[in-house]
Amino acid sequence: MKQAFLVVAFASVSVFAQAPVPVQPAAAPPGEAGKGKTLFVKNGCYQCHNYEGQGGAAGARIAPTPPPFRGFVDYVRSPRGDMPPYAAKVMSEQDLADVYAYLRSRPRPPAVATIPLLK
Amino acid sequence: MDRRDFLKRAAAAGAGAIGAPAMNSSAQGQEQPPADAETLTVDRTGSDFMVDVLKSLGFDYICANPGSSFRGIHESVINYGGNERPELITCCHEESSVAIGHGYAKVEGRPLGVFAHGTVGLQHAAMAIYNAWCDRVPVYVMLGNQLDATMRRPGAEWAHSVQDAASMVRDYTKWDDTPMSLAHFAESAVRAYKIALTPPMAPVVLVLNAEMQEQPLGSSAKIPIPKLAVPAPPQGDSAAVAEVARLLVNAEHPVIVADRLARTPAAIRHLIELAELLQAGVIDQGGRMNFPTRHPLNLSQARGIADADVILGLELSDFWGVINTFRDQLNRGSRPITKKGTRLISITSGDLYMRANYQDFQRFTEVDLAVAADGEATLPALVEAVKRLVTADRKRAFESRGAKLREASAAALERARLDASYAWDASPVSTARLCAEVWGQIKNEDWTLVNGTGGWARRLWDFDKAYQWIGGSGGAGVGYGAPAAVGAALAHKRHGRLAVNIQTDGDLMYAPGVLWTAAHHRIPLLSVMHNNRAYHQELMHVQKMCNRHSRGIDRGRIGSELVDPPIDFAKIAQGLGVHAEGPITDPKELGPAIARAVQVVKKGEPALVDVVCQPR
Repeated sequence: MKQAFLVVAFASVSVFAQAPVPVQPAAAPPGEAGKGKTLFVKNGCYQCHNYEGQGGAAGARIAPTPPPFRGFVDYVRSPRGDMPPYAAKVMSEQDLADVYAYLRSRPRPPAVATIPLLK
Repeated sequence: MDRRDFLKRAAAAGAGAIGAPAMNSSAQGQEQPPADAETLTVDRTGSDFMVDVLKSLGFDYICANPGSSFRGIHESVINYGGNERPELITCCHEESSVAIGHGYAKVEGRPLGVFAHGTVGLQHAAMAIYNAWCDRVPVYVMLGNQLDATMRRPGAEWAHSVQDAASMVRDYTKWDDTPMSLAHFAESAVRAYKIALTPPMAPVVLVLNAEMQEQPLGSSAKIPIPKLAVPAPPQGDSAAVAEVARLLVNAEHPVIVADRLARTPAAIRHLIELAELLQAGVIDQGGRMNFPTRHPLNLSQARGIADADVILGLELSDFWGVINTFRDQLNRGSRPITKKGTRLISITSGDLYMRANYQDFQRFTEVDLAVAADGEATLPALVEAVKRLVTADRKRAFESRGAKLREASAAALERARLDASYAWDASPVSTARLCAEVWGQIKNEDWTLVNGTGGWARRLWDFDKAYQWIGGSGGAGVGYGAPAAVGAALAHKRHGRLAVNIQTDGDLMYAPGVLWTAAHHRIPLLSVMHNNRAYHQELMHVQKMCNRHSRGIDRGRIGSELVDPPIDFAKIAQGLGVHAEGPITDPKELGPAIARAVQVVKKGEPALVDVVCQPR
């Protein structure tokens, strides 16, 4: 199954395409980051996106700068890729607001240039 | 009287004596053999000759968990053969024996031997044989069996005997035989070796009748051992190769995809030459070490399938998967990634040989040109054919294309570094940090990555030598990683290379005894655990099912996690005689621990560092 995940992740990438324009996150409803962390783990988000939301082999990076909240919710409800959908009865709008707050609370990474191992 | 007659008479005598079961005869005191009985201990046995044959084939090692059905050849290897070329490698599980052979063959380019019982041993070995089959790797399996029912010892030997031992794995081995004489064995042993090494390579099986192993050879025996000539791999038809060259030279965006291409270091050189001639991007799927990770035309991370107008697939295990997405969600379906009209070319020895029952051949792909041939053997002719067709105009177009590809490749490397910086200081340790820390300790050594997920390492490390990567399991049978790493490290040992294994926890739990094998035989191997405390890929599948039914996934971990208690891999390794540290949860402690382990490995011993990691 790993191959399928990878194929989806890279399917639409073109080496000749223009870089996407960054979108500023829209205002999100209030959420509690601590509760969001618990929900992030309990609901298995970490399995693809890892505990810090940094992404990995199976899921995109979603922290510390997640997409705008409304798009975030829409995607969680009806994902286009291989991500499983989360119905409202599994994760409510407030749950997602808490998770969103958790993602935004994650520290920004150190600059690559300051990490000798990545030079 | 030969041994067979002697045993028959002895059994009949035992059965006739006061009706006692033959198995209890020893309890009745020392029996005196008949006056004309043959002494079973002879100077030379059939298995001595079998060792002569194995030596003629150049086997360096035999991996085995000991078994009575091959006791004859076991003794011949260690005494008659002096336990040198082949040397017996003591294994704790037949799955380990075969997987060690799997890893070894991908480094050495030739097989080692495996001994196993024809029944219980082969049953243990079966999954590892299947992995080698799917990975197109030669493993040379020899099974002990007692065909003659009247020669079997009562009890276990009956349970360990079988009419047709190889039948269990015949669907995923390339050839097998049950020789009925030593001359037959000699021919079949050489034939099996030849078949195993002819692309597409695959495991082979010989059944060694126990009776034949132990029977006297006789001093006058002059049984010839056939000469081995491994066939040259089949090269593509010259007209087809010319057409491939024409399509590539005329393409605007050709992409080369390689999977199980490289059999030897020559493949990398030829692929670099082809890519540079065309200024075409190369996607190395990693079934073998096909293309340097930091070559400017390496598009393995940047991809480029969507842009391609011609795709050349070299020894692909799944061409369909290269050009399609498959969504496994509420709606299951697929769609092509390629644009309409993209021409697909396949060069693979997979078209020369295929079996029906096991479905590792993947989805059918509608290619435009299929060349049934060995990819590596065909590359030199393809390079020459391309050279003949390149004009000055095309060369200018190639250079323009190459400049864009170099930018894409450089951007992909920068993106990898940026991605790795996220969660850099997190605990559990991120997979990227794990790989970066390992790289920091080995990059100035003559290193090789013999097992691992490959993802982050191949994004961050500078792979440029043929032996630095050997691909994965082939059949996705979990339990391959640890023993294959030991087998590969065994092959690298004579070259003095630092073998590195990024070892997953679930995989090691299948047969951790292979760590003892590494310690016992002084096989230098650095294992760094990617310990995410779960069979994580399966956990994700269960999560999908939970989500599909909207039942919540808080119970989805049941059955897939390896917690409560968490497994202490350092203690396991230490108990098996391996230097080990961990579990490490603080990323700052990782570099020093790996450095200490590297020093142990450089002294010729295995070492393990257990790292508690993020999931993927």
